[in-house]
Amino acid sequence: MLRWIAARRRTVLTTSKADETDIEPGLRDIPELSMITLRINGTKRDLEVDTRTTLLDALREHLGLTGTKKGCDHGQCGACTVLVNGRRINSCLTLAVMHEDDEIVTIEDLGEPGHLHPLQAAFVECDGFQCGYCTSGQICSAVGMLAEAAAGWPSHATADVSSSQIALTDEEIRERMSGNVCRCAAYPNIVAAIRVVAEGGPT
Amino acid sequence: MRPFTYERATDVPGACAAASRPGATFISGGTNLLDLMKLEIERPSHLVDISRLPLADVDELQDGALRIGAQAANSDVAADPRVRTRYPVLSQALVAGASGQLRNKASVGGNLVQRTRCPYFYDTAAGCNKRDPGSGCSAIGGFNRIHAVLGASDSCIATNPSDMAVAMSVLDAQIELLDADRSVRRVDIADFHRLPGDTPHVETVLRPGEMITAVILPPPPPGRQLYRKVRDRASYEFALVSVAAIVATDRGTISSARVAFGGVAHKPWRSADAEAALTGRPATMATYRAAAETAMRDAVGQGQNDFKIDLARRTLCRTLVQAAQAS
Repeated sequence: MLRWIAARRRTVLTTSKADETDIEPGLRDIPELSMITLRINGTKRDLEVDTRTTLLDALREHLGLTGTKKGCDHGQCGACTVLVNGRRINSCLTLAVMHEDDEIVTIEDLGEPGHLHPLQAAFVECDGFQCGYCTSGQICSAVGMLAEAAAGWPSHATADVSSSQIALTDEEIRERMSGNVCRCAAYPNIVAAIRVVAEGGPT
Repeated sequence: MRPFTYERATDVPGACAAASRPGATFISGGTNLLDLMKLEIERPSHLVDISRLPLADVDELQDGALRIGAQAANSDVAADPRVRTRYPVLSQALVAGASGQLRNKASVGGNLVQRTRCPYFYDTAAGCNKRDPGSGCSAIGGFNRIHAVLGASDSCIATNPSDMAVAMSVLDAQIELLDADRSVRRVDIADFHRLPGDTPHVETVLRPGEMITAVILPPPPPGRQLYRKVRDRASYEFALVSVAAIVATDRGTISSARVAFGGVAHKPWRSADAEAALTGRPATMATYRAAAETAMRDAVGQGQNDFKIDLARRTLCRTLVQAAQAS
């Protein structure tokens, strides 16, 4: 396998750009490699990726940051949620090469045993998970969601979108977290954990 | 996913020139394009990344219009104080769509060119004239519960999935386009998306290399603005039927009305007939029902989606009751 990749890579490196300009859609079969630098959890990381590499695969397969999970790989489950420039996004639906100069934060940077992020502590306290697979995505999503609510962003549960005062009711939390699926259906406790932090943090 | 070369655009005309090459396409948020590239339904050989071009601002124009840069994120537009207060139907439609994560990434321009969610379009083993022209339409006679009841053809019964575009339809939005030859044109949103006819793979009037640079919202018309979406789940689901409405009343009489439907056609479905049936009439259920009948007069079901015709009528009536109460 490694020999095959090395052979392909030589092919790439010996292919001149001039040969590639008029390739019809779908006919390109040579992987294109790109050297990029990503800022992840406050550290610059250099890596060489196939242009097809999603941010999710760059994190997990190239950088060993496996706290971010791959669920559906199509933006439907939210397990891959990370924070980019402070905003929550699905890392499976974006390319690593598109994120040079961005500030990327994953679950690994939010907290660690002994120094948990308030949301991590609240998920433990409220039993906000069962198998745990969706949890890092839930927590990264909740970090982004609480910032959105604090900034007064409306949601589908907001009765009057022109009002900038958002009361984070359970209905609001559920609506705003609908991009994160939990197949264990720990939803009541996930909502409870987020509510604890929204109301001032775990005791 | 097929291999592709990648470039980050540094200026708008250069991006249009790069994207007009065979096999090249723009990428912005990528939330729909990458999904389709993974399934090899979209197979570009070159991506021109326009997400960092300076086209994300929302600016007020001198004539009172609002110019929304095409690279603005859906969430930023929904949260913009000017949009929330003057064009609340647009905020309501945006937050009714997708998830928080997707709205943070998806751009306004990308939202306008997102592809249908017809399951046969996604199923590469099935015939689909939109994905593979000439291969037939598997939805006709197939599982077609979510499909179109208005404006469909023998070639395609897919629907446009956008909520945002339905709100923009009642706001008479204009789409600003920049061509690879640097010419600028504005297209009314009513003319931007096409009906399927016998070329369902051609979904908009965009030319190769032409870029959506902005959406312009004229000053809002008088009246209460509302977006109502009916779907299979309470959140994070595409519309079965949606209605955008702007209704003004004067002493119990409807003085002006604009209505558009989502989820029922290949494009946002503005109903001039329903608007005519409302304007100048008393704001009563009898008027709303008559307008709803008129709006769905030409609707044709495919069997499993027959319910959408009545659902669209009822959703319109419910929206009008709510809008007229408060206007």
